[in-house]
Amino acid sequence: MPRIRDIAKVCKSKNAGPFDLTLDIVFDKLDLFQRVRATGVLCPALFARLYNVPAEHVLFTEYEAGLAFKATLPRLVPAGDIGDTDMYGAQQHAPMLDVEIPI
Amino acid sequence: MRQFRMVSTSGILGYGYPEASLNAALERGVDMIGCDGGSSDPGPYYLGSGTSFVSQRSMRRDLRLMLIAAIKHKVPMVIGTAGGAGGEPHLQMVAQMVRDIARQENLHFKLALIHAEQDKALLKRRVQQGRTRPLGRMAALDEATVDRARRIVGMCGPEPYMRALDQGAQVVIGGRTSDPAPFAASAMRAQLPPAQGWYAGKMLECGAAPALPKGPDCLHVIVREDGVICEPMGDRACTPMSVANHSLHENASPIHHVEPGGMLDTSACRFEALSPKATLVTGMQWHPAEQYTVKLEAAELLGHRAISICGTRDPVLIGQLDHFLGLVRELLRGKVADLDITPDDYHLTIHSYGRDGVMAGREPVREISSHELGFVVDVVGKSADIATTVIALARTSMLHCDFPGRLCKEGNMAFPFSPSDLTAGEVYRFSMSHVVVPDDPYEMFPIEHETI
Repeated sequence: MPRIRDIAKVCKSKNAGPFDLTLDIVFDKLDLFQRVRATGVLCPALFARLYNVPAEHVLFTEYEAGLAFKATLPRLVPAGDIGDTDMYGAQQHAPMLDVEIPI
Repeated sequence: MRQFRMVSTSGILGYGYPEASLNAALERGVDMIGCDGGSSDPGPYYLGSGTSFVSQRSMRRDLRLMLIAAIKHKVPMVIGTAGGAGGEPHLQMVAQMVRDIARQENLHFKLALIHAEQDKALLKRRVQQGRTRPLGRMAALDEATVDRARRIVGMCGPEPYMRALDQGAQVVIGGRTSDPAPFAASAMRAQLPPAQGWYAGKMLECGAAPALPKGPDCLHVIVREDGVICEPMGDRACTPMSVANHSLHENASPIHHVEPGGMLDTSACRFEALSPKATLVTGMQWHPAEQYTVKLEAAELLGHRAISICGTRDPVLIGQLDHFLGLVRELLRGKVADLDITPDDYHLTIHSYGRDGVMAGREPVREISSHELGFVVDVVGKSADIATTVIALARTSMLHCDFPGRLCKEGNMAFPFSPSDLTAGEVYRFSMSHVVVPDDPYEMFPIEHETI
């Protein structure tokens, strides 16, 4: 079964302000985007599990115009606070890479 | 058809751009030259300390070319969030740079400064009046949080920029500002609709980031009544997909963008290639807010940092890392207590690279498979003296702490540097993410004019 790292064009993370982390998975073909969407694997519950936050804290958007799925959730620690490990939030994407998509 | 042409030189003033790209944009024709000056991404230190995360030398270079071009072509030049964080010291630093360049280049113009640093007394009055609201999961704003802040800025909307330009300024330097606002202001002043103006601003605030390949460069935008045309300078292209995907960048939502005074809705946008380099976007909508609000950002001082960097190659230690780090903490606690330093006086974090140094508590891989580990030992003390005292003891504890089965009796860690402890200055925290209801969009952002 293909994993996200096998089929996505982009899989990334970044701050969305100092308190939130935003995760993007982008595909390069409409057909592929639609097939991925149809599996229902990419949903708030998935990101809640991968990042250990309540599902109601996940803002999830299917963005067909950009062939992308976006999830925004709280940072573990606000940017720059004591204990923060990733000021820009740019290296928090790895847990998404191995998610299997049954297409 | 009415239209307004803008060029943004780069994503942040001082990130650099090819001079040839600015010239290419000027040849296309521009009615305004702009650049966003800031970001909260590099963290709270810069807002708190009043310093910039971009070197003054590179800011001056970017500014000089823009200023010369604006005066020569008789168009406005507008910078938002001057100096990175947009507080008063940041604004004054960039304003002085503008005056110095003008003197050197013999340029004459009307300059306006828009101040965005906020008065604590006014904010506390707004707290008492119930005119502040928390965003996201923040607690309600209280007066103690206002008092603790080292610096507070409001996020300026387009209205003060429009007023400064209406009052005759050719060059406008603003403190903390919503990134797209200086561009949106310029387009709306030219009687173009807010949806198109804000959308143009969302593209321009990041320089050529909506283009491919990515790189620091200038973006030329034409705002029309029906849409926005994006075209990067240099050997790059704005394709329908690259422009659509730019809406993902650093936003919570790719379709709903909350801005001062309303929300830009891009859910019905259509993207059409006009040429191999340029894309037309139509269908954006602007929903005015019921109430005008201004977002607040603030930084409060947490203490002073000192760090030490080391690594281990010892498999016995790596095999019991958590236990070892627990022993280090225990040893340190005792040594520190002997110096009359209490546990409340400092905070110790040990970043363990090779285990969970990047993702900390969110790291799904729990077993260590590396033959060596790196550590950044981080102490934040109530004073600089406490930080340097504790880091010295933490370093020796990491080096010499005994643990079960220990063979490396001369030392547990490899230290690459002498001195092994580095002081890292003040440590701040972002302490506000709230909105305040102002009397009007101008009251928190005084405009000051001067003739250069």
